[in-house]
Amino acid sequence: MADAKTNRIGLTLADYQGGKSTLCAGCGHNAISERLLNTMFELGIQPERVAKLSGIGCSSKSPAYFMSRAHSFNTVHGRMPSVATGALLANRTLIALGVSGDGDTASIGIGQFVHLVRRNLPLVYVIEDNGVYGLTKGQFSATADVGSKLKTGVVNELPPIDTCLLAIELGATFVGRSFSGDKRQLSAMLKAAVSHRGTAVLDVISPCVAFNDHEGSTKSFAYTKDHDEPLHELSFVPVFEDIGVEYNAGTTVDVRLHDGSHLQLHKLEESYDPRQKLQAVQRILEAQVRGEVLTGVLYVDPAAPTFLDRLGMVETPLATLPANEVRPPRTALDEVMRSLG
Amino acid sequence: MTTVVNDVSLQVATVNGSGSQSANMVLLRAIFQMGVPVSGKNLFPSNIAGLPTWYTIRASKDGWVGRKKEIDVLVAMNAESAKEDVASLRPGSAVVYDEPLALSSVRSDVAFYPVPFDKVVHPISSEAKTKKLLRNMAYVGVVAQLLELEMAEVERAIGKHFAKKAKALELNLAAARAGFDFAKAQLKKTDPFVVRRMDATRGKIIIDGNSAAALGAMFGGVTVVTWYPITPSSSLVESLISYMGRYRIGPDGKATYAIVQAEDELAAIGMVMGAGWAGARAMTATAGPGISLMSEFAGLGYFAEVPAVIWDVQRVGPSTGLPTRTSQGDVLSTAFLSHGDTRHLLLLPATVEECFQFGWEAFEYAEHFQTPVFVLSDLDIGMNNWMAEPFRYPDRPIHRGKVLSKEDLDRLGGFERYRDVDGDGIGYRTLPGTDHPAAAYFARGTGHNEKAQYSERSDDWERNLARLERKVHNARTALPAPVLQGEGAEVGIIAYGSSHHAMLEAREQLRSEKKLDVDYLRVRAYPFHDDVEAFVKNHARVYVVEQNRDGQLAGLLKLDLTAELVPRLRSVAHIPGLPLDARSVTEEVAAREGR
Ligand SMILES: Cc1ncc(C[n+]2csc(CCOP(=O)(O)OP(=O)(O)O)c2C)c(N)n1
Ligand code: SF4
Ligand SMILES: [Mg+2]
Repeated sequence: MADAKTNRIGLTLADYQGGKSTLCAGCGHNAISERLLNTMFELGIQPERVAKLSGIGCSSKSPAYFMSRAHSFNTVHGRMPSVATGALLANRTLIALGVSGDGDTASIGIGQFVHLVRRNLPLVYVIEDNGVYGLTKGQFSATADVGSKLKTGVVNELPPIDTCLLAIELGATFVGRSFSGDKRQLSAMLKAAVSHRGTAVLDVISPCVAFNDHEGSTKSFAYTKDHDEPLHELSFVPVFEDIGVEYNAGTTVDVRLHDGSHLQLHKLEESYDPRQKLQAVQRILEAQVRGEVLTGVLYVDPAAPTFLDRLGMVETPLATLPANEVRPPRTALDEVMRSLG
Repeated sequence: MTTVVNDVSLQVATVNGSGSQSANMVLLRAIFQMGVPVSGKNLFPSNIAGLPTWYTIRASKDGWVGRKKEIDVLVAMNAESAKEDVASLRPGSAVVYDEPLALSSVRSDVAFYPVPFDKVVHPISSEAKTKKLLRNMAYVGVVAQLLELEMAEVERAIGKHFAKKAKALELNLAAARAGFDFAKAQLKKTDPFVVRRMDATRGKIIIDGNSAAALGAMFGGVTVVTWYPITPSSSLVESLISYMGRYRIGPDGKATYAIVQAEDELAAIGMVMGAGWAGARAMTATAGPGISLMSEFAGLGYFAEVPAVIWDVQRVGPSTGLPTRTSQGDVLSTAFLSHGDTRHLLLLPATVEECFQFGWEAFEYAEHFQTPVFVLSDLDIGMNNWMAEPFRYPDRPIHRGKVLSKEDLDRLGGFERYRDVDGDGIGYRTLPGTDHPAAAYFARGTGHNEKAQYSERSDDWERNLARLERKVHNARTALPAPVLQGEGAEVGIIAYGSSHHAMLEAREQLRSEKKLDVDYLRVRAYPFHDDVEAFVKNHARVYVVEQNRDGQLAGLLKLDLTAELVPRLRSVAHIPGLPLDARSVTEEVAAREGR
């Protein structure tokens, strides 16, 4: 490609590529990697500013398959949130992207997930949700729906954990649900999530073609397509294109995000305003009863302070502070010693 | 009766939550200010209020600061434990007791000093709660009079302790004086113990090991601290919070650090991993149960090669065990913490000075070797007050280890994270956010090649593990070397950590009482320095003294020593849940040596 298209910082899509995926062909996770890569390219984000973090699972492997020019840490099962927290404490200027699975988040990692959300740590947290443990070959996860059937015939009887509902309740400031098969919606949602400052939890239904894409599964492509109930159509206007956005206030909700970009929700459902927490919770619960896969930006609060804002830290990354700022002078030690004598 | 000067062990028996800490600190300080070497040990229950607690103060002209088994003077304030406490004394001891406890009939071979504490403090305050607190300062006055402490020093110590609370200061001074006056008028001294001014504490400080560790970390340039509260490590982070708030706030009022109370120890170590990977000097502090939880991440840190500092202030396990008692019970499990072929660097501080020194040096080792460093302190060092030389400011500038900058990458064109370029087993790393297209690498706990790419190839695996082994093995010469005392004896003793204080005294007891000369090697780090093997080579029999049941350090030594040296080792392992005392070591070694 001689005249490869460049983004606003002069990079081509190739600059955002990763290693070759070793996931199954057709795995929803691959489609999400593709969307993430495109999002970063289209937003013109310098790959070196991004830190990718993941736990363990097929989903958590996927950071190896996009943006090799960004540092990445594939950690341990269910503990990505704490590692991401530490990385951001060390360097508050990083754009943190967490990639996890439904097992990684809703089972072994639920404790860390809860606390990351509670802190409103500024990071995009993508749950690649297939309702099973892909990497350990298809056991149910805690997001499997009641009545969903494994290939072996086993039926899930326990109620699912709705990670979006949980995230809203715990204080996440951007919560959305999407589908790996819905390019348009997922793209707009990812762009808005990256432009948001705070914890953005995106539960993305991502069918596992090897273990959970059959008849009887509620996380298959076919089922998700059939039951997808988008709340609105999303469009995203990045800050560098914001030349006085026009929209019809009657049919569109416009949310100005932290960096000045705009997320526009063209109402399919009248009166749904994602800035209303109660309404969001009610609508999600209704969808559960109706058996809908409710997608869209469910909740957003663009102004809440993040964990990093609350710590009163210097602007410079702690990681690179010069020695004279982190080792107090000899006189300080003398003073302490005098007080102990 | 010959007077015993400056060799007394005083024990105060109270219930916890009664506010006796201030009184005990005042006694300790007053003795210290009189120039007499002194140490204090708090023996407390895992409980907030109402259970027996003992505080022991030892004044020793010879400078012994380890626990002494025998109590010379007992202050019995606790009805529940009083009879047993008195029964356990040696003949010739003294007992100050709250008169209503009516202890004088328990035995006739100790000196009894009944004090009606309620009556003594009554004129000072009529408020019940205040009176209860003042009883403590009243026993300070009584003890001061009996031991002939200088009342001026007692008052100075009270002044220091209550410097910021004028009303409390006044009340406490009055209570101490009331106790002193009562003793002077009503008690006739019949025991031999007195404290007289010396000049052995000039220029020294008093501090607990956890505060010392916190100071060390601060002067080591720590930037990220995470923790989950657990005795006996909590006070380490709590003092760090207060020191950092004072000395690490920039002129703009902004902190050059972050301290985060995590949701558990998994998260605490996870945050340290993330922060260390991203380039911060990151640490956490915990104790046994927390260390167990950190196991999986410890292996990730070792294998992905992430610098981290983890303080383990050891308490008694297994399980929740004795949360408020001291031990050296985590040595073996921490050396190999996590599954597979994991092996860690351990630092073993014995004194508060070393808590400070290792506190900053740990970051140097962690970043140089790109691996977690565990500092194994314990409750005795960490939570008790010790005399010490003022700490020495770090004598080396901060070195961040092999970190490539953008400029380095411009020059080199690229790098391979896990390639052993320099032959020391240590690769070069980059930090996230480094503005260079070749800066990134993929950190992972899965098998990887030199380029940090996923690999299941046997040759990659073996090469990587061999390099890690080399790296950790090489560290033995860089870590604090063992300290040798004595030369030429047939018998050697190896000890470490807080056992040191009992060991010093035991060595003297063995020499003077048992006519047995022993050489003493204090180990300060793992993997072991070559001097350790040389020491075993030079001694026919080597006793390894430690505070656990199984002889854990002896076990580690057996793994490392050449086979013919192993039979020379003899384990002297004690775990009564109390700090090690010299007498126990002396008697056991002497018996096994036929003395
Ligand atoms: C502590 C621990 N327990 C168990 C495992 C085994 N394990 C690996 S991946 C996985 C489940 C992953 O499921 P999910 O997060 O949904 O990812 P997916 O593979 O479905 O994308 C499990 C249980 C592990 N790696 N670590
Ligand atoms: S097993 Fe399932 S989740 Fe894993 S790569 Fe294959 S399709 Fe994707
Ligand atoms: Mg899954």
